[in-house]
Amino acid sequence: MNAPAIELAGVTKRFGEVEAVRGVSLAVAPGRTFGLIGHNGAGKSTLFRMMLGLIAPDAGTLRLLGEPSDGARFREVRQQIGYLPEHVALYDNLSGLETLRFYAKLRGAPRAECDAALERVGLAHAAMRKVRGYSKGMRQRLGFAQALLGKPKLLFLDEPTNGLDPQAIHDFYRVIAELKAEGVTVVLTSHILAEIEQRVDEVAILREGRIVAQGSVAELRERADLPVRLVVRVTAEARERLIANLGASAEDAAHVALSVNRGDKLARIAQLAAEPGVSDLRLVDPSLEAVFLEHSQEAV
Amino acid sequence: MNIVLRQITAIAGKEFRDRVRNRWVWVIATVFAGFALAIAYFGAASEGQVGFRGIDVTIASLVSLVTYLIPLIALVLGFDVIVGERERGTMELLLALPVTRGEVLVGKFVGLAATLTVATVLGFGLAGAVFLTAGGDALFHYAGFVASAILLGLVFLAIAVLLSVLASDRARASGYAVGAWFLFVIVFDLVLLGGLIALGGSGAGDALPWLLLANPTDVFRILNVFSLDQVSALYGLATVFPPALANPVVLGGVMAGWIAAPLALAYWRFK
Repeated sequence: MNAPAIELAGVTKRFGEVEAVRGVSLAVAPGRTFGLIGHNGAGKSTLFRMMLGLIAPDAGTLRLLGEPSDGARFREVRQQIGYLPEHVALYDNLSGLETLRFYAKLRGAPRAECDAALERVGLAHAAMRKVRGYSKGMRQRLGFAQALLGKPKLLFLDEPTNGLDPQAIHDFYRVIAELKAEGVTVVLTSHILAEIEQRVDEVAILREGRIVAQGSVAELRERADLPVRLVVRVTAEARERLIANLGASAEDAAHVALSVNRGDKLARIAQLAAEPGVSDLRLVDPSLEAVFLEHSQEAV
Repeated sequence: MNIVLRQITAIAGKEFRDRVRNRWVWVIATVFAGFALAIAYFGAASEGQVGFRGIDVTIASLVSLVTYLIPLIALVLGFDVIVGERERGTMELLLALPVTRGEVLVGKFVGLAATLTVATVLGFGLAGAVFLTAGGDALFHYAGFVASAILLGLVFLAIAVLLSVLASDRARASGYAVGAWFLFVIVFDLVLLGGLIALGGSGAGDALPWLLLANPTDVFRILNVFSLDQVSALYGLATVFPPALANPVVLGGVMAGWIAAPLALAYWRFK
């Protein structure tokens, strides 16, 4: 199957005077993990809600798994989509297991999947407890379990690690990796860019309703052409010399850092290696945060 | 409209189970049974009588009680059904599932309708069983009363669902519900009778029976009187009541229309 799992062409949505999404076109290949990043109000949620068929675009076309999501075959398409909304709200008066059984029924998923889904997100011990007594992290995990019912081919996760502790975040991405191995296409948003950096195949940066950059994290880094940081382990004597002569900045008692342009990287490394008193060197690529800031500040 | 029964029963089943679980059904059934028995035995206390006075008198008293009580209970039951899910955020996920908006709306209505019907049948059924053992007759009329009370409840449930779709938040929805109760239970008849007096019987009396159909609580009252003379007495009319309007099937049809119309409007707005 080589047709894109998600295909958007010229999608635009207005709310009164505000253009929330402006002419967005993108394609996500099946089995890819795709990160959508942007500030609050950049249009992420509006884009999500259009892809799910919750609201209709004013212009443009959206196709999920080859079908328009609000078309005649909407039920078949929706059955293959899992969705975890931002700030997921669940029914307080149901237990975890009852919650999943309700959603499984509506999704046409077998009842037996519910226990497995609870197990998968680490909530088996709380299956019989009312959601009212769940912590924020437990609710988030139950919401994730709900999205996995019916073995979806396409997952939309809006801020999925919101409210999770580090261990739970780790567990969450382990499940995402398993899903990727099963060929599931995953679209997720996060405001913690460092967190998705190593876990997505591709990102799109959304700003004021437009995609301002799209590609792999490495490609975006290259395109942003941000300086690389070289962190060098030095003796006390070398430390003073490097700060004075090369414009290095002090990191701590034993390290200095240098910001260098991508093109000069190798030359500067050679130069540093030749300096006496330098014993180690570490190269720090600009974070996705920095890339994101660079792209989101560019003039549109 | 593409509707799948399985999705409706899933949503209706959840609504119904929620209400059984939070004891709503049992509380309302107890209220109905308690009122019905109290009215039957103590209704004539002001005339110095205590005890069961026969089913006809009891139904007449129950009708005026139900006219106030059932619309209130149905509106309270239903005002929150759509706007509440929207406000708590659970609607977003529900609508992203393989479910149509029509299925959500119909499922919610059916679930609440089952709740109200079970509570009404249990409450008035229990009271009815006591009347029967106490030697009451006219079971037919009593069954008719219970059936029409259920219809009245469903009408106001449909109105509540419509208000819940129209309202932007729960506070507003509860305001609309109170407004609807005053309009149909109190204001409508006052305005109608006031208008009749103001017009001084210049042929306006002939239009009155038809105007009564515009208010489901009046239709309910008419359904529960057994002779046309009683209708005239009820509204202080010296006019001929059209026999066509005294037909229970026609009146039942009017009630069905009063259920269908708000739901159709709600569906149109919910899309």
